[in-house]
Amino acid sequence: MNLHEYQAREILRLHGIPVPPGDVASTPAEARALAERLGGKVVVKAQVHAGGRGKAGGVKLAGTAAEAEAHARAILGMTIKGLTVHKVLVAPTAEIASESYVGIIVDRASQRPVLMVSPAGGIDIEEVAAKSPEKIHRLAVDPRFGVLPHQALALGFALYKDVVQARAAADIMQKLYGAVYAVGASLAEINPLVTTPDGTVQALDAKIAVDDNELDRHPEIAALRDTSAEAPAEVQAREAGLTYIKLDGAVGCCVNGAGLAMATMDLVKYYGGEPANFLDIGGSSNPQKVVAALRIITTDPGVKAILFNIFGGITRCDDVANGIVEATRQFPLKVPIMIRLTGTNEREAVQILTTAGFAALTDMDEAVKQAVAKAKGAA
Amino acid sequence: MSVFIDQSTRLVVQGITGRDGSFHAKQMISYGTKVVAGVTPGKGGQLFEGVAPVFNTVAQAVRETQANAAVIYVPAAVAASAIFEAADAGIALVVCITEGIPVLDMTRAMPYVTEHGARLIGPNCPGLISPGKSKVGIIPGNICKPGTIGVVSRSGTLTYEIIHQLSTHGYGQSTCVGIGGDPIIGTSFIQCLSAFQADPETEAMVLIGEIGGTDEQQAADFIQHGVTKPVIGFIAGQTAPPGRRMGHAGAIISGSSGTAAEKMAALARAGISVMKRPADVVPLLKERL
Repeated sequence: MNLHEYQAREILRLHGIPVPPGDVASTPAEARALAERLGGKVVVKAQVHAGGRGKAGGVKLAGTAAEAEAHARAILGMTIKGLTVHKVLVAPTAEIASESYVGIIVDRASQRPVLMVSPAGGIDIEEVAAKSPEKIHRLAVDPRFGVLPHQALALGFALYKDVVQARAAADIMQKLYGAVYAVGASLAEINPLVTTPDGTVQALDAKIAVDDNELDRHPEIAALRDTSAEAPAEVQAREAGLTYIKLDGAVGCCVNGAGLAMATMDLVKYYGGEPANFLDIGGSSNPQKVVAALRIITTDPGVKAILFNIFGGITRCDDVANGIVEATRQFPLKVPIMIRLTGTNEREAVQILTTAGFAALTDMDEAVKQAVAKAKGAA
Repeated sequence: MSVFIDQSTRLVVQGITGRDGSFHAKQMISYGTKVVAGVTPGKGGQLFEGVAPVFNTVAQAVRETQANAAVIYVPAAVAASAIFEAADAGIALVVCITEGIPVLDMTRAMPYVTEHGARLIGPNCPGLISPGKSKVGIIPGNICKPGTIGVVSRSGTLTYEIIHQLSTHGYGQSTCVGIGGDPIIGTSFIQCLSAFQADPETEAMVLIGEIGGTDEQQAADFIQHGVTKPVIGFIAGQTAPPGRRMGHAGAIISGSSGTAAEKMAALARAGISVMKRPADVVPLLKERL
C-alpha cells in the first residue's frame, strides 16, 4: 500500500526526522488559510499515487495566499495518470543549497534491507543510478543490529563534507531505518534530502510503501488507506479477497493463482486476443469469491467474452462451478463464457456445469482459443 | 534418486490440527510421505489419524521421532516464528507453505536459518514432491509421475499446469520444487538447478519463472556456466502491465525492470529453450532429449 506524500512526511516527523512545515488541504479555501499561516510563499502539490506530478501540472509555486488558493482550485479535481486529485499539500517554498537521495528497500538478492544514498538527489536519481552507479552508495544492513552509527556516519560523509551535516544525515538515516520496521514499510525514500542556505538538513519529499502483509499488525497505518486513489473495481476486488488489475482488452480472465493467471493472459495474446484484466481468485475455493469475481468482470464494458481457467489443487473445481452457476442466477451474463477446469473434483464440476447448461473444457489452449474467437465475433 | 526429499524424509507438520494443516497432512500420509509427527502448542499428546503423535514443540517432536524435515501451515502472523522454531530444533529441511508473511520478518528469519545449517523452501510456495517417494506441501500427487525431469518454479498452479503437460505426455519427474513467489525465499532457482545437475536420475530441467526481480537472469547465468543438462524455460507475465513500481529504489537496486521480455532474452542467450506457452514444454523437451 502506497502512502501519500503528506502521510509519509507525518511518519518521518513522528520518528524525529526534520521535515519542513506544511499541511494538507482538500479545498481551495483550506489551501489559502494554510498559505497565509505559512507566510504566503508556498508550493501547492497534488497528492496522488503517480510519478511525474510536476510535469502534469500538479505542482505549482505561489507568491501569495491568493495565488495558492487559485493553484489549489486548478489542481484539486485534475486527473494525473488516471487518478483524480482530492488533496493538495501546502508547504513553504524552501531555498535549497543541495539535493541528496536516501532510500531503504528490502533487497531480494542480499535478502536484507539495503540503505542507498546519493549526493545526486532529485528527479533524475534513476538516471544517475544507470549512468554513474559510483554516485550511489549502498549498505546491506544486518537486521539484527540495524544501521550501526559508524556505518551511518560513513554514508553521511558520502553526502556532505561538513561533519555537522554528515552527522545530521546519519541521524536521519538511522531514524528512517527505525521507521521502516516500525510501520512495516517495504520502501522508504527521502528524495530530495536537502540542505538549506543556513546549513540545515531536511527531508523535503518522502515516499513510503507499506507491505500489505503488515497491515493487520498496524491498524493505524491501514487506516491511512485512501480508497479514492484506487480504481473502484480494484477496491471491490480486494474487499472480496481477490487480486484484480484492469487492462484494456476484450477477454475477461478469471484464474486461480497469479502465475497461471499471467500465463493465461499471455496465451490470450498468443492466440491473437487481448486480456481485459488480471484476476486471481487465490487458493481457497469459496463459491462466493467466484460470484464476486464475475460481478467485477461483467461490470467492465470492454469485456466481450469471459474465460475461466482453473487448475484445482487446494481450489476445488466443484466450488468454482457452483460459484459460476450461483452468479448467473443472481445476474445474467450478457457475453459468452468459456470454462476450463481440471484437477481436484473436476468430474463433479463438469457435472454441475453441464446440468446448468454450460460447456466445460479441460484443455487450456482450447479454452483460450475459443474465448478469443468469441470476443472477436462479438466485436 | 531425487533432490531434497525421498523415502528417508521423516516429516513433522507444524500446525497439524489447523484447517489447512490437517487436510494436507492427510493428503501427504495417503501419498506415502512418512509423516512422523505433528506440532500444535497445547495439543500435545493427541494422535493424528492414528499415525502421527502431536507435540507441543518442534524440539520435542524431533527428540521423540527423529524428524528431519518440517512443513509449516501456520497463519502468516506466526509463520516466521515457526521457521525460527524448526531451525532451532535442528531440522535440516524446512518447507513453509504459508503465504502473506511480512518481508521484514523474513529479513530476520533468513540469517537464523542459514546459521543453523538448515535449508528453507518458500515461504508462499506449494512445497515439493519426489513422485512415488515423498510429497511435502500441497502439490497434487495425482498429476505427477516418477521420472527424470526436474521442475523448479516460482508459481503454484502454473507449475501444476506444466507438470500435467509433462505427465500426460509420458515425461515423469525426479522432483518438482515450488520455491515460492516472495521477495525473500530460502532456496533459489540456482540452488535447485545445481541439485538437479548433481542428481544422476535427473536428465533435464524445466524452469518456470515470472516477471519481477532478477532471479531468472541470475539462473540463466548459472546455467550457462554450471549446467550441462538440457533446460527448458518459461516466463509468465508477457502481457502484464508495467508499473506497480517500487519508487526509485526498486529500479536502482536491481538495475532492471524485470520484464518478461528481458528474462526470456536472458534465458535464450544462455542456451535455454524458451517456451511461448505451457503446451510448448513437451515438444521442446523432445527436441533436447
